[in-house]
Amino acid sequence: MRFTNLAEMVAICEQEGKPIYELMIEEHVQETGTTREKVIEQMTESFHVMMQSVERGLTEDIRSFSGLTGGDAKRVYEYAQKGKTLLGKQATEAVAMALSTSEVNAAMGLVVATPTAGSCGILPGVLSSLKQSLGATEEQLVLGMFTAAAVGYVVANNASISGAGGGCQAEVGSATAMAAAAAVELAGGSPTQAIQAAGLALKNVLGLVCDPVAGLVEIPCIIRNGFGSVLALAGADMALAGVRSVIPPDEVILAMYNIGKQMPVELRETALGGLADTPTGRRLEKQIYGDDTKEA
Amino acid sequence: MSSSFRHSFDIIGPIMIGPSSSHTAGAARIGRIARNLFGEEPEIAEILLYGSFAKTYRGHGTDVALVAGLLNFPTHDNRIPKSLQIAKESGIAVTFKPGPPNPDYHPNTVRIKLSKGERKFEMLGVSIGGGAVEILEIDGFKVKMTGQYPTLVIPHADRFGVIAAVTTILSKHQLNISFMEVSRRGRGSEALMLISTDEQPPAEAVAEIQLLEAVKRVSSIEAS
Ligand code: SF4
Repeated sequence: MRFTNLAEMVAICEQEGKPIYELMIEEHVQETGTTREKVIEQMTESFHVMMQSVERGLTEDIRSFSGLTGGDAKRVYEYAQKGKTLLGKQATEAVAMALSTSEVNAAMGLVVATPTAGSCGILPGVLSSLKQSLGATEEQLVLGMFTAAAVGYVVANNASISGAGGGCQAEVGSATAMAAAAAVELAGGSPTQAIQAAGLALKNVLGLVCDPVAGLVEIPCIIRNGFGSVLALAGADMALAGVRSVIPPDEVILAMYNIGKQMPVELRETALGGLADTPTGRRLEKQIYGDDTKEA
Repeated sequence: MSSSFRHSFDIIGPIMIGPSSSHTAGAARIGRIARNLFGEEPEIAEILLYGSFAKTYRGHGTDVALVAGLLNFPTHDNRIPKSLQIAKESGIAVTFKPGPPNPDYHPNTVRIKLSKGERKFEMLGVSIGGGAVEILEIDGFKVKMTGQYPTLVIPHADRFGVIAAVTTILSKHQLNISFMEVSRRGRGSEALMLISTDEQPPAEAVAEIQLLEAVKRVSSIEAS
């Protein structure tokens, strides 16, 4: 890869007059020695799996293994069809589709980690919504996935994309930033606007802790995916309108990294703090595992 | 910057059975690498979990995923949810224990001990996020292997000329080496060679290396 941060990435894009996804595809071909067609084919396969998981959660009765979650995607989707939503139909549908993928994940169904399984709902939620709002084709949406991948690549290598490493800001936060950048490029925005959207969206999840109830990727993970999709769209809209993050996106990523390091281990996917450690969280945990759960 | 994540599919992907990329998909990959290094189905698998793995393994299906890997299932295999049952039916005795706390370990660390009859094997693996993994120890040798490239893992006698003999075979098969690492226990004793290549080495190349006198065995790990 010829870039290690977002600023370098955008500089190359501007110099060579290409969108982020184009640069990412070229770099991939360079790095791995495969062909452009193969790279796109592989991404298209992931796209299909993503869309299948969206579909599954909206049409089947999904119940997680623990029995704690499932059915919310359908609920929100049906509500959106009635037409009177506060967010507007498309954004509400994005929420439904993000919830849908996450519910399928919790039910040990097939998903694509984007960048992780815990945060697998946000990108499909946003992409499905852009299909509607922009009339984007499958081909275009697949290109948008490379934009998302480029942002994820920078975040993963400079900070973290694991809840255990950096809290939920590293999972849902990274996914939100990735989806925001993809949405901007798909809407015809510039590379600069795309990374601004990523930076703006990421700022809004800084400090988000990873506190899954009973250690399951369900509560609060699924709902956070629903919110993440709207946050990504809002970030994209702000960036497209010309809003810039005063703290440059690369520095937001740095802040995310440092916050992750400062976060106590109880709030990094150990199920020892936060929502996991509420009376209801503990009760559910007992209900699932019985009493002898937490070995030291 | 540590480039543990190299390209688009380290970020978008893996295609996997849920619910957690680090605790399920990464765990399945670690288990599968252990299985391939061991080379056959083990009779006994003792699994020590550290940090977040120890705390939440049941909720995330880490136990199920590790065992699925030991059964050689890929991350998208729909038999993963039933792996514990399948392992039991094939007579693999699996135990899970929290490992002794170690502040130096990444929160998602697992030590896998496998055996069959007299044969024993031990490996330390870390799931670093998004399904990506690192193997840090193989049979007591300190290594760093990611499984992103096809990798040959070759325990051998620490003798003059072994490394050259192996690389000669690889170049004969026109395989480009992207990374290489040799660690040894002491001068002239046992050593372990890790060689990553751009392309998957063909079976003939593996067989030729296997024939070298100083080579104990060759495990060919596919990129995942
Ligand atoms: S709360 Fe933790 S497990 Fe759940 S999505 Fe966030 S980082 Fe992942």
